[in-house]
Amino acid sequence: MKKLLSLILAAAMLVTLGLACVSCGSSDSVSGDFKVGAILIGDDNEGYTYAHILGLKEAAKACGMSDDQLILKYSVPEDEKCYDAAIDLVEQGCKVVFSNSYGHQTHMKQAAQEYPDVTFVSMTGDLAATSGLSNYKNAFTGVYQSRYVAGVVAGMKLAELVADGKLTDANYDGKNIKLGYVGAYPYAEVVSGYTAYYLGVKSIVENVTMKVTYTNSWFDITAEGTVAEALAADGCVIISQHADSTGAPAAIQALQDKGQTVYSVGYNVDMLSVAPTAALTSASNNWSVYYTYAFKAAAAGEDILTNWSEGYETDAVAITALGESCAAGTQEKVDEVVAALKDGSLHVFDTSKFTVGGQTLNEYLADVDGDFVGETNAIWEGYFHESELRSAPYFDIRIDGIVETNNN
Amino acid sequence: MLSNTQSHGKEPFVRMVKRDGVPAKKAWGIRLIGLLLALVVCAVLIFAITKLNPLKVYTTMFQGAFGTTRRSWQTVREAMMLLCVSLGLAPAFMMRFWNIGAEGQILVGGVATAGCMIYLGDKLPSVLLFAVMLIASIAAGALWGFVPAFFKAKFGTNETLFTLMMNYIAIQLTSYFVAVWEKPYGSNSVGIINDVTNAGWFKPLFGQQYGWNVVIVLVLTFAMYFYLRYSKQGYEIKVVGESENTARYAGINVKNVIIRTMIISGAVCGLSGFLAVAGSSHTISVSTAGGRGFTAIIVAWLSKFNSFVMILFSFLLAFLEKGAAEIASKFNLNDYVSDMIEGIILFFVLGSEFFIN
Repeated sequence: MKKLLSLILAAAMLVTLGLACVSCGSSDSVSGDFKVGAILIGDDNEGYTYAHILGLKEAAKACGMSDDQLILKYSVPEDEKCYDAAIDLVEQGCKVVFSNSYGHQTHMKQAAQEYPDVTFVSMTGDLAATSGLSNYKNAFTGVYQSRYVAGVVAGMKLAELVADGKLTDANYDGKNIKLGYVGAYPYAEVVSGYTAYYLGVKSIVENVTMKVTYTNSWFDITAEGTVAEALAADGCVIISQHADSTGAPAAIQALQDKGQTVYSVGYNVDMLSVAPTAALTSASNNWSVYYTYAFKAAAAGEDILTNWSEGYETDAVAITALGESCAAGTQEKVDEVVAALKDGSLHVFDTSKFTVGGQTLNEYLADVDGDFVGETNAIWEGYFHESELRSAPYFDIRIDGIVETNNN
Repeated sequence: MLSNTQSHGKEPFVRMVKRDGVPAKKAWGIRLIGLLLALVVCAVLIFAITKLNPLKVYTTMFQGAFGTTRRSWQTVREAMMLLCVSLGLAPAFMMRFWNIGAEGQILVGGVATAGCMIYLGDKLPSVLLFAVMLIASIAAGALWGFVPAFFKAKFGTNETLFTLMMNYIAIQLTSYFVAVWEKPYGSNSVGIINDVTNAGWFKPLFGQQYGWNVVIVLVLTFAMYFYLRYSKQGYEIKVVGESENTARYAGINVKNVIIRTMIISGAVCGLSGFLAVAGSSHTISVSTAGGRGFTAIIVAWLSKFNSFVMILFSFLLAFLEKGAAEIASKFNLNDYVSDMIEGIILFFVLGSEFFIN
């Protein structure tokens, strides 16, 4: 009898313990045990990751989270270490795990399959919609918009240089002025970015062509510097980049100090510290907009959007402070363009502004479902709808006026 | 060491004499003291630079490597990888053949494995697939070892430069295949291979995901120990390493020994590429070798090519790496601080050899 009583008591204790656990799990505010983890490809020495760290910390602050509620894993390569880190973050109690590099995505997906109760967000990835996993998400800003605006800044400078007669014959290819671009890898994310930038320049100065040279690396200070020097030696007047280091702006500043007329437009972070007179501005992301949204949604137990992408409409993208070399009236022009992007009267990929093989495009089958074959038309109402069908960029059209020098 | 036994003339300021035979117990005591001294120096440095409590940092490192079952297994996996490469390097270095090319040998082994997984993953039954992957990786590594050995044996080329250059070829070769297999085009990312079918992935052994990694490398550890210590070929390697002329005088075909040994060395390193791809990452990139080809040189030398001592040093280095990542995460320190700690510990461990020999 005594035995039975103690058994019943023990069972009752177990049940109440279980109930207590359920109730603590369902609290709705950003509670003390809500934890978020992030897997980062670099650390704060690398511009792209640094921008993410700033965004994560700002979002944590906005949600009133303490330091130990946000766990960051630095310098995680795109292999099993990413999977290790994701699982480790889950075991540390994280409810949401982010990764910030494209190549992390398949390893994140593997973790998502094993832990259906935890949400995994692969930033810049493109597999979420087709993965069939409800806890696996993608997010990317509409950075093509800020690239367009950075292009406008470059265009204003170019117009000023032409008006002042600063350009020489070497800067021209026939009647077109030469621009340069240091690209990382030849796929949609980069193509979308350089095309938006080019169209931004072209909206101010019509007669421009652009050369794109790939470094085949996201972060290679030496290679980016060398490529920038080669483009400048070829006569390119303004050199922009989709690569994460300060290599190109620093190299261009050195050339400018030697007397060459050459300027730089950067990416991610303000380049004025390494190129005070050569840097005009940088296209950048404000990741805190997304992270704040995602933290709040997850903490409230809501589902995070499977494909999140926002641009100027929520200030998720921006350009950095204008450098001292920028042409007069640039700020006014920038404000005007940003306002037009915000109210929807201006579209970056307006099909009346570019041609492919001399033809205007009316239809383009983009690869949206991640099988690497185009299947969804992305052009209607006169413009290419970038990042609307999914968050990661899918504009991979090579338009007239831009030449890739080393994509083979 | 300088052995100065002259009694006339001026006494040298410092006289260093090679110790003859330190008992094993004492030798390990000296090494332990070296390690403790390293920890003290690191502690001072940690406090000076970061103002953190060094004990807390050490505890965090330990937790990072062994804090949970899963972390322990990850540390074991890393240690096994490093051990495998070190085992591959041991015969070459014992022969005084400076094989700096393990990094490339791992990569070509990894590329061969990944290629089999991609092209044959849905065509062959599991057992046959593993056999093909294993043979392909070993053959690729062996080839990468054979080439510099052949030129060294035939034309007396400098093997340090040659093996180093072979690394760059292997890296470019890997880049090439990444570009062939990448998804999507241009992204430079192969992603997880066979993520739906899991074809060519190591199955769990005794319920452990990395069980096979451990078994394969431990078998290899025993095999290499007996090969180097008790086989005729192992003896030949040692003699060639001590003096090529002696070897020649003893009737050993030095050229054959060089080529044979480097094929074995490359093959084992190629096998570790197989472990890296099929047994842990299930993907291939230029970072698959991850510098282990160089770290393993330290392991092999510190262990004096004794396979069982290598286990110890592999764990030490794997522990340091995992611990370093954890303190970076926990205290918002970047990798440099942890690299310094690793450097200091290795310096003291190496330094303690000075007092033993």
